[in-house]
Amino acid sequence: MDMLQFILITSGAIALVGVVCGTALAVAARFFAVHEDPRIEKVAEILPGANCGGCGLAGCTEYARAIVVDGAAINLCAPGGNEVIEQIAAFLGREATAAKKMVALVLCGGNDTQAQKRHAYNGVADCTAAQAVNGGDKACTYGCLGYGSCSRICPVAAIEICDGLAKVHPELCISCGACVKVCPRNIIKMVPADAPVHVLCSSHDKGPVVKKMCKVGCIGCTLCTKQVENQAITMDRFLAVVDYSKETPGKAAAEKCPVNCIIAADDSSSDAQPEVLQNENN
Amino acid sequence: MTQYILLIISAVLVNNFVLTRFLGICPFLGVSKKLPTALGMCGAVVFVMTSASAVTWLVHRFILIPLGIDFMQTIAFILVIASFVQMVDIVMKKTAPALHGALGIFLPLITTNCAVMGVAVLNVQLTHPFLKSVVFGFAASLGFALALIIFTGLREKIDRANPPKCFQGVAIALVTAGLLSLAFMGFSGLVR
Repeated sequence: MDMLQFILITSGAIALVGVVCGTALAVAARFFAVHEDPRIEKVAEILPGANCGGCGLAGCTEYARAIVVDGAAINLCAPGGNEVIEQIAAFLGREATAAKKMVALVLCGGNDTQAQKRHAYNGVADCTAAQAVNGGDKACTYGCLGYGSCSRICPVAAIEICDGLAKVHPELCISCGACVKVCPRNIIKMVPADAPVHVLCSSHDKGPVVKKMCKVGCIGCTLCTKQVENQAITMDRFLAVVDYSKETPGKAAAEKCPVNCIIAADDSSSDAQPEVLQNENN
Repeated sequence: MTQYILLIISAVLVNNFVLTRFLGICPFLGVSKKLPTALGMCGAVVFVMTSASAVTWLVHRFILIPLGIDFMQTIAFILVIASFVQMVDIVMKKTAPALHGALGIFLPLITTNCAVMGVAVLNVQLTHPFLKSVVFGFAASLGFALALIIFTGLREKIDRANPPKCFQGVAIALVTAGLLSLAFMGFSGLVR
């Protein structure tokens, strides 16, 4: 009897503590409830959950909050693509505006055979380190160093280093912008995936200087600007620059370029990318 | 006053919770990769350990001892600490969202980790009175914070170094933790 009483007291006391704690929690949950819009959670579920930060916010939940609370644009999620945009649009009753798919592009075409080096570099294989030694080993101070900092930071392994030159595979790029930030020479830019022409050079040096250092550098001859009528290609300090917000006629400019630093979309594989993407998703 | 100062020195340096008593190793290794995260964790631990030692002391003194069931302390402490932390989490979310943003994700992680539990049990074993329990809890968490911050600094340096391949990652981290623990052994004998 004594034993039984003891067990009862013990279990009763612990159970009482548990009940008190539980009740306190329940009351607290009721009185201190934070009313969050339930749609935020739903939108966050639709988003891919990669937390890549490509939309400019800290993560997918933050972006979901921005969409629901602040009315942010729903087409900022690059990894999600049009499918996610449509789902969010259907869920929130907003109009689906297809995002322009952006891809990273290395604005340099000078690989080891075409561009000169000015000194040997045998330090750590990292662009930032190479840049720190006498401003980089490439003769052209605007050129890709090719030590793969961008390729290492890319979360989807979409950047390949071929022959000392970084090349982005546009069909793999999720446009998170990590490579743009890491490049010590700032020569990686986000460009529309369907843009017809690109100038693969970033050098603002004058023509003769460029010619000495690189076979495919823009020499600032302005021939390409005369091929387009709407100023879609303009000169900026001896460098032809494509204005991607304007319509650009593809081939003419590329064909005229005497150093072949302008490529038209037909030459690269960017036309084929939507199909490749879809196949991978299926 | 002197005894409190000695208690603090003892708990922070001589009997450091992580490096001498080997409690709270999981967050010590888990969140020591980056300083901002480690600082957030330290804040949460200081807060939880200090308040948990107060709460468990009250539970022990006013519920367990009068009923003569202090052998149930482990279960009772887990119950009380867990719901206390949960409660703080809920209240903080409403009243101090900024603080919740900084500590929030760490609170559930340390709900009843061994360092928090250890402080509660040690308070009972050493028969500390109330104020001494709270000071001990605070000092112990400061010791945890000190160890975690030193270790995080070391790991951030190691990340930039180039250890042999077989030592990379967790292996070198554990070796470092061992050396740090040895270093803290130097304090032994300073205070009882």
